[in-house]
Amino acid sequence: MTDDLLDLATSVVGQARPGEGVEVYATRGTDTEVRAYEGEVESLTSADSSGVGIRVLVDGAGGEGSRVGFAWAGSLDPTVVAATLADARDNARFATPDPDVVLAQPDGVAATEIDLWDDGVASTPMEKKVALAIELERATRAADPRVRQVSSADYSDSRVEVALATTTGISSSRRRTNAFLSVDAIAGEGAESQTGTGFSVGRGPGELVPDEAMDDAVERATRMLGATKARSARCTVVFDQRVVSTLLSVVASALSGEAVVKGRSFFAGRVGETVAAGGVTLVDDPTDARAYGAASHDGEGLACRRNVLIADGVLRMFVFDTVSARRAGTVSTGSAVRGGFAGTPSAGCRALVLTPGSKGLDEVLASVGDGFYVQSVTGVHSGVNPVSGDFSVGAEGLMIRGGVLAEPVREVTVASTLQRMLQSVVEIGGDLRWLPGVAAGQTLAIADMALSGD
Amino acid sequence: MTDTALIDPDVLERVLTTALVGGGDMAEVFAEDTSTASAMLDDRKVEELSSGRSRGAGIRVVDGDTTGFAHTADLSEAGLLAAARAAAAVARQGEAGVRTVALGPPSRHGPGDRTLPDTVDKGHKLELLGRADEAARAMGDAITQVQVGCGDSRRRVLIANSEGLLAQDDQIRTRFNVVCVANGDTGMQTGYESLARTEGFEVFERFAVEDIATRAAARALAKLSARPAPSGEVPIVLAGGSGGILFHEACGHGLEADHIVKDASVYTGRVGQLVASPLVTLVDDGTVLGEWGNFGVDDEGCSPSRNVLIENGILTDYMWDWLRARKEGRKSSGNGRRQSYQHLPMVRMTNTYLLAGTEDADEIVAQTPTGVYVKKLGGGQVNTTTGDFVFGTTEAYLIEGGRITEPLRDANLIGNGPEVLRRIDAVATDFDMTPGTCGKDGQSVPVGCGQATLRITGVTLGGTA
Repeated sequence: MTDDLLDLATSVVGQARPGEGVEVYATRGTDTEVRAYEGEVESLTSADSSGVGIRVLVDGAGGEGSRVGFAWAGSLDPTVVAATLADARDNARFATPDPDVVLAQPDGVAATEIDLWDDGVASTPMEKKVALAIELERATRAADPRVRQVSSADYSDSRVEVALATTTGISSSRRRTNAFLSVDAIAGEGAESQTGTGFSVGRGPGELVPDEAMDDAVERATRMLGATKARSARCTVVFDQRVVSTLLSVVASALSGEAVVKGRSFFAGRVGETVAAGGVTLVDDPTDARAYGAASHDGEGLACRRNVLIADGVLRMFVFDTVSARRAGTVSTGSAVRGGFAGTPSAGCRALVLTPGSKGLDEVLASVGDGFYVQSVTGVHSGVNPVSGDFSVGAEGLMIRGGVLAEPVREVTVASTLQRMLQSVVEIGGDLRWLPGVAAGQTLAIADMALSGD
Repeated sequence: MTDTALIDPDVLERVLTTALVGGGDMAEVFAEDTSTASAMLDDRKVEELSSGRSRGAGIRVVDGDTTGFAHTADLSEAGLLAAARAAAAVARQGEAGVRTVALGPPSRHGPGDRTLPDTVDKGHKLELLGRADEAARAMGDAITQVQVGCGDSRRRVLIANSEGLLAQDDQIRTRFNVVCVANGDTGMQTGYESLARTEGFEVFERFAVEDIATRAAARALAKLSARPAPSGEVPIVLAGGSGGILFHEACGHGLEADHIVKDASVYTGRVGQLVASPLVTLVDDGTVLGEWGNFGVDDEGCSPSRNVLIENGILTDYMWDWLRARKEGRKSSGNGRRQSYQHLPMVRMTNTYLLAGTEDADEIVAQTPTGVYVKKLGGGQVNTTTGDFVFGTTEAYLIEGGRITEPLRDANLIGNGPEVLRRIDAVATDFDMTPGTCGKDGQSVPVGCGQATLRITGVTLGGTA
């Protein structure tokens, strides 16, 4: 399957000149995307794509370290790949020599065998995929009389194969499939409209649960009808599963060893210290096949592994790729990530999970008593700073009164700092949900946040 | 890269004819050849020089309300024909038959008098990075980390469709950005500044990289002594050029016709109505040469134009691409854009700006007893259906007694588009533009935003104090 891709990567590595280090990342994928609207296919995209990313390391004179250059191309055509190798080689001439710049070396850690491939993605006929999207739209429109529009109902899937080879003896390949259903519902009453998004994710179309996507979208849209701005207050905030997944992805960028060694993380220098409330245990485990970001190998071809980052509130470690690990005087944690063939490796999390508690949403709400339940947030990229820890996001949701959900609220913000939020976790839900992105989600309650409204 | 056409016109005609073999109202070939280069200086080291090449074509077939789309990296006739058949497969089996496509004379657009990226020595680019790094660090010992990046791209596009359109464009873009971290007793703060123009390397003859660097450093340093931002509704004065992102989010997205035709915008059905303060005249204009959202033709081959969206507070029109304009029996407004040949076009903004007013910027601050002065905005996000939007501050100060006083930590502002637009009660003369990247439905495109200093009588600021 992926063999020819690995052969290609290996053959390019074979073109390394004496003294040169070469890393070749080759990938190939197939994507399908169907959007349904008013019972018809609004658009259908079907396409194959491929690409290569090449890093070349050239030794600097006098043992001062290596220079690295990078080039990529959206093609596996041999002429294009040869030109890409030449570009990377030329780019290397201009980099600053650095003793910490090396390619990953095989480290003896065996990769976990995980199956992330569902043949159903390829074998399911297009008509069936189209039908999934059309039926999702129809069912969502019919679910509640207040649903007055479904602005998009999508089915999409992808198959991706990746091969990586280096002059240092790394040779790895992996493949995975994904399938999604997502729907945007608009509920209306009078002049007012509210929106809700729902989705279902799986390795293949057979794992998708259309009702899960529909129910989520309809409930989120309809329960916001009649929402008003709330009074500014300090209160306990209960975050929805999906929001928690987003929040953990921001915390993840501060746990990147690269951010730490470059002085861009509020966690820098705090290993061994209590950074979160007791009971907070945060693990990055890409070897768990249930995680969306699961992978056998990292972005440098090393085996992915289970890393315990925060244990019972105490910061234990950061995630590292090869270069950031050397800068920190340690070794890679198998945590190199890259943004496809056009990106170079950097240190990052793939599959964060907060060790779940035992309470479901209702029990968490009951124990909180009074506060604000946030069903979705906006402005995460503009309002959360993983360097300073400042946190301020737009929010919508429902007030919590007497331990149950009460009136809907919109056009407010919730704010604190990430540092304070981690210390103020009062409840971790047991309702773990595997979600797309780098983190799973569950209900989470955080005390003493600023709710800004009128 | 040569200047020859990406695909021969005879081949294009055959591919378009094949795309319509099963029926369909319109077929289109969008071919693209993009070269990018970037360099980054981080922690005083040139860490990464990167170059990339992406070349391919996207073919769409529109049949009634259904669009079939396929893309390929293979620009040979065989590759294009295969993609055309894949795109056509979705078209209903309508009036099959041979419909010959004949292309009109090509409309060619080019970069004009620009310095092409591949003619600039790489060492020369790196020299700029080093100068910026030094300038930022010279701002003070509290600057502990500096990251400087520069990048350029040349994007050649060719668009041909079954209506006979044949257009070509050659787009050159250059960007430069600096991120500084300052460290003090209260922790770390960041400062960001960027320059991004639809121009070549000659842009650095007019803009000094040292200025970009010192602005980023000053921003990080100022925030070291910052206090938490207030929580609740406050009057806001936005500095000229602080980021017209306010209008991009508060109403720009809501005026995109794809949201309008699906009744997924608060502005649906409101043309001719007062939707903003009479001080608001909002324009989307892809023709402003050199700005980040400028181009010769859009990604459907349509020339950009200057579109007045809101005039003296009254909604005058939406923004249109080919597909949504066709539904309404009108012409595209030149807002059909896509991230790359691998994406379908949709309605996107270009350079969106509020026309300058008549007041003096300093006077607006002086006449604001208490409030918040926002010198620089970060990104934002909007829900077009409800109109609720957020935008983040990256440099803000308290206004006390008509004077700008203490710096504030970063926070998001939240408001409702139509409500906030009604609350604009002063607009100054000091107009300026800023570049940005706009994300929609998973696609990113370069856009410009602009506005002069203005005051909003009340917006909710999401601080903690």
